[in-house]
Amino acid sequence: MSDMPEPRTSMVGKDPYSIPLEDIDVSQRELFRSNTMWGYFDRLRKEDPVHYCKDSEFGPYWSVTKFEDIMTVEGKHNIFSSEPSISIQEPLEDFKVSMFIAMDEPKHGDQRRTVQGSVAPRNLAKMEDLIRERAGKVLDSLPVGETFNWVEKVSIELTTLMLATLFDYPMEERHKLTYWSDVATAVPGPDSIISSNDERRKILIEETIPAFMGMWHDRANKDPQSDLISMMAHGESTKNMANENPMEFLGNLMLLIVGGNDTTRNSMSGSVLFLNENPDEYQKLRDNPDLVGSFVPEVIRFQTPLTHMRRTANEDFDLNGKTIKKGDKVVMWYVSGNRDEDAIERPYEFIIDRDKPRHHVSFGFGIHRCMGNRLAEMQLRIVWEEILKRFSKVELVGEPVRSYSNFVKGYTDLPVRVHPL
Amino acid sequence: MTKITFIQHDGEQQTLEVEKGLSVMNAAVDNLIEGIDADCGGECNCATCHVYVDDAWMDKVGPTNDAEEAIMSLNPERKDTSRLSCQIKLTDELDGLVVHLPEFQY
Repeated sequence: MSDMPEPRTSMVGKDPYSIPLEDIDVSQRELFRSNTMWGYFDRLRKEDPVHYCKDSEFGPYWSVTKFEDIMTVEGKHNIFSSEPSISIQEPLEDFKVSMFIAMDEPKHGDQRRTVQGSVAPRNLAKMEDLIRERAGKVLDSLPVGETFNWVEKVSIELTTLMLATLFDYPMEERHKLTYWSDVATAVPGPDSIISSNDERRKILIEETIPAFMGMWHDRANKDPQSDLISMMAHGESTKNMANENPMEFLGNLMLLIVGGNDTTRNSMSGSVLFLNENPDEYQKLRDNPDLVGSFVPEVIRFQTPLTHMRRTANEDFDLNGKTIKKGDKVVMWYVSGNRDEDAIERPYEFIIDRDKPRHHVSFGFGIHRCMGNRLAEMQLRIVWEEILKRFSKVELVGEPVRSYSNFVKGYTDLPVRVHPL
Repeated sequence: MTKITFIQHDGEQQTLEVEKGLSVMNAAVDNLIEGIDADCGGECNCATCHVYVDDAWMDKVGPTNDAEEAIMSLNPERKDTSRLSCQIKLTDELDGLVVHLPEFQY
């Protein structure tokens, strides 16, 4: 696969209704960077909710755009396989990592059960004080009176601290975790953190694997602890992974790092953007900080930090009037499901005290539903509880810059100023 | 109508009279019982309406179905009496049912 595919006709800047339905390709990354994908998804939900795109950079694929249809696909994991990949992008031919998110039963369940406990609510409750203290320190160090990038100084910093805690990774080297996560997900190019897929492979194999291999062996020789590496090194279904299958070892590490990094980071940035766009909602939250409990899931719905998950049909299946054929690629667009007016009232409005705020599809559903969903919510809740104690406003003072990705829906820059109480 | 009792993790009890035919999850959500999230809305697709059926009622309620088992088997809070409350329908036979709520939803 070439790093720089041939450009196709861009849909950016066009009227979504001016393009023939069959030519709509919502996988174009530029649509997400320019935040102009909404109209295309609106049209698909109305006119062709299960839509076939015959030609794209990623080959032919189905788009599932309605909340209810997404739920159906999520629930039928025997028909809609998570192998070989859970994103629209195919795995690289010469660099096949494997991770349990992209496995079917029983292997997925066996490996997931090994690490699930570390991010389950019972374990999280023990970590709350530590997370709060760290969040407080980060907020106290912000440069009052200056314009700074919230993404870098708060969102990335806090999620990185969290990751280092979960892995019991050396704090002074924690930025490597973020770096590897970015390397794993970046689209190669001249402005990117990596210039090619070869560079990606080289960094992950020559830096990431050896770094974790050392920690793995160290922890395998000690008593079991509650960090993710120790849990995997001692878990019945994972303990031989590092020695027997280094690419599965790398894959599962990357899953846990990327899963805990890109997603919460971008919801943390999105929360500032949405409150600035909706000053009445910001006032509601200031007046009643208890609303943070419903504000958090509303942020996660509104942001939808992962635009989609992908499945591959194991057999023919009729979905909402269309026949998906065995072998077809099926993309569940969470970003569209979360704006579906048949499932969510006034879906385009950011309402921090809405009824049933957790009824959104950002975490997915079914057996592959986000393992860290309670951790994500806890991090967002704590950071906002601590922000409200310190600042009357986190003010957006410039345009956000969005990520060039059709998978991770996020931001690279969010210029802000903070105003102390 | 049929009776159902929810016992919270801290021991607080609430007994409701609800319409027959509802699921235990619906009975809880309609009456704002705390501790049932039901994120997916009753599709057996998220495991956030987890309850422990009281031992005395376990025979009548029965074990998890296949769809439930697929998702419940991943839940670290799972016990022998675990069920998803969206999958329990309140029939005549279950009049008086008692369920316990877990400390944490998944």
